Amino acid sequence: MQAAIIVFPGSNREQDVFDALHRATGKKPLKAWHRDSDFPKSDLIVIPGGFSYGDYLRCGAMAAHSPIMRAVKERAAKGVPVLGICNGFQIITEAGLLPGALLTNQTLKFHCKDVHLKVETSQSIFTRGYNAGQVIRVPVAHHDGNYFADAATLDRLEGEGRVAFRYCSEAGELDTASNSNGSVRNIAGVLNETKTVLGLMPHPEDATDPLLGSTDGQGFFAGLVEALA
Amino acid sequence: MKLDQAGLEEAQKHGLSAEEYARARSIMGRSPNHTELGIFSVMWSEHCSYKSSKVWLKKLPTTGKRVICGPGENAGVIDIGDGEAAIFKMESHNHPSFIEPYQGAATGVGGILRDVFTMGARPIANLNALRFGSPDHPKTRHLVAGVVKGIGGYGNCVGVPTVGGECEFHPSYNGNILVNAMTVGLARSDRIFYSAAAGPGNPVIYVGAKTGRDGIHGATMASAEFSADNESKRPTVQVGDPFTEKLLIEACLELMAEDAIVAIQDMGAAGLTSSSVEMAGKGGLGLELDLSQVPVREEKMTAYEIMLSESQERMLMILKPERENLARRIFEKWELDFAVIGRVTDTGRLVLKMGNTVEADMPVGPLVTEAPLYERPWTPSPTLPDLKTQDIEARDPIAALKTLIGCPHLASKRWIWEQYDHLVMGHTVQRPGGDAAVVRIPGRKKALALATDCTPRYCAADPKRGGMQAVAESWRNLTAVGALPLAITDNMNFGNPERPEIMGQFALCIEGMREACLALDYPVVSGNVSLYNETNGSGILPTPAIGGVGLIDDAAKSVGLALKRPGETIMLIGETKGHLGQSLYLREVLGREEGSPPPVDLAAERKNGDFLRGQIVAGAVSACHDLSDGGLLVALAEMAMAGGTGAAIVVPAGIPTHGFLFGEDQARYLIACADPKKLSAAAKAAGVATLTLGQSGGDSLTIKDIGAISVRELRRINEAWLPDYMATR
Repeated sequence: MQAAIIVFPGSNREQDVFDALHRATGKKPLKAWHRDSDFPKSDLIVIPGGFSYGDYLRCGAMAAHSPIMRAVKERAAKGVPVLGICNGFQIITEAGLLPGALLTNQTLKFHCKDVHLKVETSQSIFTRGYNAGQVIRVPVAHHDGNYFADAATLDRLEGEGRVAFRYCSEAGELDTASNSNGSVRNIAGVLNETKTVLGLMPHPEDATDPLLGSTDGQGFFAGLVEALA
Repeated sequence: MKLDQAGLEEAQKHGLSAEEYARARSIMGRSPNHTELGIFSVMWSEHCSYKSSKVWLKKLPTTGKRVICGPGENAGVIDIGDGEAAIFKMESHNHPSFIEPYQGAATGVGGILRDVFTMGARPIANLNALRFGSPDHPKTRHLVAGVVKGIGGYGNCVGVPTVGGECEFHPSYNGNILVNAMTVGLARSDRIFYSAAAGPGNPVIYVGAKTGRDGIHGATMASAEFSADNESKRPTVQVGDPFTEKLLIEACLELMAEDAIVAIQDMGAAGLTSSSVEMAGKGGLGLELDLSQVPVREEKMTAYEIMLSESQERMLMILKPERENLARRIFEKWELDFAVIGRVTDTGRLVLKMGNTVEADMPVGPLVTEAPLYERPWTPSPTLPDLKTQDIEARDPIAALKTLIGCPHLASKRWIWEQYDHLVMGHTVQRPGGDAAVVRIPGRKKALALATDCTPRYCAADPKRGGMQAVAESWRNLTAVGALPLAITDNMNFGNPERPEIMGQFALCIEGMREACLALDYPVVSGNVSLYNETNGSGILPTPAIGGVGLIDDAAKSVGLALKRPGETIMLIGETKGHLGQSLYLREVLGREEGSPPPVDLAAERKNGDFLRGQIVAGAVSACHDLSDGGLLVALAEMAMAGGTGAAIVVPAGIPTHGFLFGEDQARYLIACADPKKLSAAAKAAGVATLTLGQSGGDSLTIKDIGAISVRELRRINEAWLPDYMATR
């Protein structure tokens, strides 16, 4: 599996996801600079975390309108899988690849900590490495991860099995205490109609190395490799 | 020369004394003009010249077999093996952070990052040592909120993990908070970049952000006492742009991979002035700059303003001439300003022009070498009595423990470090909340252990002992995770050096630090001095903050403080005398700040630490915590809370219980281990005192015949204070 990581000025978790993909695939991902709209073909496009263009405007808003995102959208339309993590989720949401928006955390503060996620579906290339209902522990690190969409959209997402992850307690309860950024219906990650585009706020890439506290993110990348190899 | 009364008055407005102005005139052979006077004033400010502290700083040991570059450059450099070097420094941004906490703290982080990547290192970790006034003081909450948000706002955006630090509260910081930021970077040891200019004719390049009118005279402000009108100083605080900093890091590191840079220096305090003077001074050369070529973001900026601006995210470089185009392409890729603003000359003079008009022409050498140096008078601090443990009131230990772990000093600082991205880059092995953070070196098994330490109340009570203790505790914290401590950076925060008692604190802290550094093979490789931390004549507790860096060959062998497994033996390493003078028990439980601080036996520190480190690396220790503020019972509670596992211990006979549980004797650690017999035997052979206290397990902390408290209750108390305090309006 060959992955391409899109690097914007201000991206800062590109190396984390590079390392995780490298560990999972044995192959170094490509890095595509934001001006490189005709970057090489790949089996997976990753938009990593960070502060693209500084995010001085709404998070992800500038990057969503960059020329390379036009190329990403074209490829996504042809079925090339796209993964947006953290700032990547904000960018692909702003770019219209996924419904909804990421608002400022309800605490108005940046959160960096481990959270528990309930895997809502195993029916996607991103989540097939897990069982539906499985609880995993991965870190979050964001200031604007408060997912919002209107009720009709949320009902549709849920009806179509497009909610990939929800914040939960260690025991798997979908309580408010575990949902500190305030996301509607505890949603941490969503899929597009074809389930080939995933956006999520947490960082499975930072939970793939036993030394760093959790390996629960390994299933994420192992599943992707299985699906796309 | 004739007295120039008008000139003298202007010089005094610039913070120069009559004697300093006379010296400036004699160097110039005339009265300096406005721009030149501005340059003298910042170069000779306390902040830039270290004029009060230099004679004392010289006493600190700065060499060692690991030291590649000691103090004097942008940051210190040590060898960590495999052709790699750790580059690090800690620096204060105290005054700006008090005036405008968000921007003051943010730009403090930005400045220290630049000091480190200027030398060719990729920053891999940030830490910060914060000291605020009393929680009851009306400004404290606002300052905590702003400083923490500023540090996070900058560090999170540039993508460097903020992995550790400390935070405490004391009324002496009511009008003068301390914000000390530390950055650690990683470089190839054969690719370190220095700041000495070389090669007359080489181009002088300005890169980074544009210059504005912000921060003019920041260095001078940081070199004077505060007074009630400090709010009006807000325009001297700079504004940070972490996005530009991130681009600057990437662009500089990309250029540094090429063979293009002769010298490089960041524009920190005193901006273009100090960077150009230092580069020329270190190279023994001159510079001729055309200030009309400096990228500016405001109209009609004068030479004076351009030279004194402290706009952030800027660097000055001297390039090999044939590499100019390559460098320009790299900076254009990163969309940063790149301007050739002058040439290196062999005249030894700093010549500043605006187009064809000469705005300043001054000799560089004397500006640096003839900077004033003061041996300020000092008086030793009064000696405080040793308090007898048996004379100090004993309270119920469980109630005292609850008071201590819920007091502002010891309450969990999770509210702070969860606002910092401490995981980005993917190498944080030991996260904030322990004795030291552990950050793995990318692509290697080895890791750096990092911590900041100081116990200001000890330094106030006995500066020499306090200075010694700060270094010893830093060494102990790195040892407690299994690392070999290699070197330190020091951030000396003190009051007004013109007062002999303050100068005495400074001198004696240095003396204590010197002894500890020598005994522990722990040299000082970089540092920063922040004086005049006073408001309306009232000084802070002397605070020599120590930033320590250690190395562990295999990150997987590092241990944390969390008690995770039941059935392990809890063992105390080191001797306990029950010293309660200046302890937190005395202050927080009995409301007394009295007595002498605990003595520091450096030989015992060394022996105990070296022994323990060996045991950790050999895999014989499953959890370890150094004993410091609050003593043994607090440490045990912290271990239980971190791992969610309780413990049951017995207090030995022959020592007052409160002294045993809350005494702050030094050179001690608490460990959990699976094979206590083997470990005690090894300790005995090494001449290290150990004491078996009990076993881990259960969900409570139990002290035989005294009482118990559940780990859940401990956590509730420990976690509540800071979020509750910050939520109060």
